[in-house]
Amino acid sequence: MKLAHADPAGVLTGTHFLDGDQACCEGALAAGSRFAAGYPITPSTEIVERFSQRVPQIGGMFLQMEDELAASIAIQGAVWAGAKSFTVTSGPGFSLMMEHIGYAAMTETPCVFVDVQRGGPSTGLPTLPAQADMMQARWGSHGDYQIIALCPSSPQECFDLTVHAFNLSEQFRVPVLVMMDEVVGHMTEKVVIPPAEQIEIYPRRYTTLPPNEYQAFQAEDDLVPQFARAGEGYHFHVTGLTHDEHGYPAMNVETQHRLVARLMEKIRRNAEALARNEEYRLDDADVVVIAYGITARVAMRAVQMARERGVRAGLLRPQVIWPFPEKRLRELAERNGLAGFVVAEMNCGQVCYEVERLVAGRVPVLLEPHTGGTVHKPEQILDAILKCSAGLQAGTGTQALQEVTR
Amino acid sequence: MSEEQMIAGTPEGGAECLPPNPVEGFLRSERMPHIWCPGCGIGTTVNCFARALLQSKLDLNKVAVVSGIGCTGRVAGYVNLDSFHTTHGRAIPFATGMKLANPDLTVVVYSGDGDLISIGGNHFIHAARRNVDLKIICINNFTYGMTGGQLAPTTPVTAISSTTPYGCYEQPFNLPNLAESAGAVYVARWTTYHVRQLTHSIGEALRKKGFSFIEIVSQCPTLYERRNKLGDGLDMMEYFKESSVVKHGAATKEAGIGFQGPITVGKFVDIERPTFLDLMDKQMTRTLDAHYTGSVVEDHVRG
Repeated sequence: MKLAHADPAGVLTGTHFLDGDQACCEGALAAGSRFAAGYPITPSTEIVERFSQRVPQIGGMFLQMEDELAASIAIQGAVWAGAKSFTVTSGPGFSLMMEHIGYAAMTETPCVFVDVQRGGPSTGLPTLPAQADMMQARWGSHGDYQIIALCPSSPQECFDLTVHAFNLSEQFRVPVLVMMDEVVGHMTEKVVIPPAEQIEIYPRRYTTLPPNEYQAFQAEDDLVPQFARAGEGYHFHVTGLTHDEHGYPAMNVETQHRLVARLMEKIRRNAEALARNEEYRLDDADVVVIAYGITARVAMRAVQMARERGVRAGLLRPQVIWPFPEKRLRELAERNGLAGFVVAEMNCGQVCYEVERLVAGRVPVLLEPHTGGTVHKPEQILDAILKCSAGLQAGTGTQALQEVTR
Repeated sequence: MSEEQMIAGTPEGGAECLPPNPVEGFLRSERMPHIWCPGCGIGTTVNCFARALLQSKLDLNKVAVVSGIGCTGRVAGYVNLDSFHTTHGRAIPFATGMKLANPDLTVVVYSGDGDLISIGGNHFIHAARRNVDLKIICINNFTYGMTGGQLAPTTPVTAISSTTPYGCYEQPFNLPNLAESAGAVYVARWTTYHVRQLTHSIGEALRKKGFSFIEIVSQCPTLYERRNKLGDGLDMMEYFKESSVVKHGAATKEAGIGFQGPITVGKFVDIERPTFLDLMDKQMTRTLDAHYTGSVVEDHVRG
């Protein structure tokens, strides 16, 4: 697929001082989104407040819906009418959107969900951060499916990764989740928005076939079908039921297997190509810290403090968190002399499960959890690095949760 | 495909064969037989819808049908149009996004009473309030058919359902009154007995600009009638025929339906009110003037 460039009308080229929420909105506009639907929820609302102010002057609309269920399906109606669209939310709203993440996965509707994570469960901490929706992002809707989830660590990345999210959603025809957190959403930093011609856009995969030859869910070689939008004479059918290549319901074992296996495989087989990691001082690291979002920035300080004490620590920061960068993690786990991993995250152990699964007992995996409300202190993560370096295995991995609850 | 081609179909038996059914080209005949039970009323309503659509002279390439979940939710799968079978209760917000992103489309929501009014009730009232230009066709069979005949928000008091085995004691919704109260600009009710009137009403709704609502009272012989010992589909049609009272312009608050009681049918509401998009354009133009670029949401990169 030939990449295109961003429509300059939506690109606020220049150097700005923006918070992560505002930068995310600019990313959506730069990516060509002209339709968003949402329901107000802290700490995500600023994204659509800005969108509702900006988009009428570019050609588009923000639609405030009656709840998150409505918002998360209204964007999909808009997509099938030809729009690029997204919704934004936080914890409780994210829970309500789960069914429609599954619908988008099943119907291969390209769209973007932004979750600015706050403390939970339930209403939790509306104005304070957490990273406790990571497994919900991966598994939250019922049934087997794959999504892509991204984790920005700064307002600049809120811009960059939102553009990337739209591109990936078009390329793979999957819902892409931008998993921010309250701190990244509300922190203000320099954001550089490049000229439109430097922003690459993955165009929608519109079919070139005439209606009588087109089958809406006949996948191409890369397992992704071509798209048709309503109103152009294709008379296609879209359903959340198990469906055949025509898009017609076909509820039998063979069709279920063919469809679900394809929906899984179109992402899984690209896991390595999708990986996008930032690595800091990993070359000679004996202790590998894994962190993402705002926590990665605290972890970077902890790595520096460890280095000051003569401990060779390094940081692996996945920007694409789902699918998880399995290959890179396995490489690190097999490194000679590696003391172990430290997973620092603002939850009671979620991505840590994935690390443990991949490390498979080769070396210790220490969790540095946090129940949310504020970020870790660098000293907490440093402490875990030093323990790991010293070969202390007590309270390793997700068992460290017991220490939190004590 | 042109309308003429659709009507003509492709007769295999040559010139002597019977003239094709005018709605045949409108249906996905390769998907027949449909899943509806013998005696069910939904197919009758689809026939009326097809005829209304063909008579409307609308460009069928610009008509989209959106359904939710349930027996009526399967309508989208059988009509040879751009069609969307969405999630339970969410046909209206899906259709809202579709209509607002491409106002050139005529978007019809075709679903059941449980889908639109129970799980989707919140979306129903808000879309009516906003006056989004959608045509809502609601089949009311007084029960949840697909899941086995449970209590619906429309089940008449004293009627038996699988979850009210001793009789319903909840007040059901009066759908035309709900639609009117929430802001619908067109409200009508017919039964599956009233095929001509229903076809005419659907035609009016297709031409009407704004949130238009048609309730179709329909029979469910397999679940509602069997449990309530009301006979088969034909017996229910007899009831519709005998107990319906045509009353155009009737006050909707008087149009509630009791168990096997009289059914007020007719066109109750037909008013003018600016649509969501009319009001948006007006307000945006007032405040943004030349900076307002209009609401048409094309995707901006077609590659």
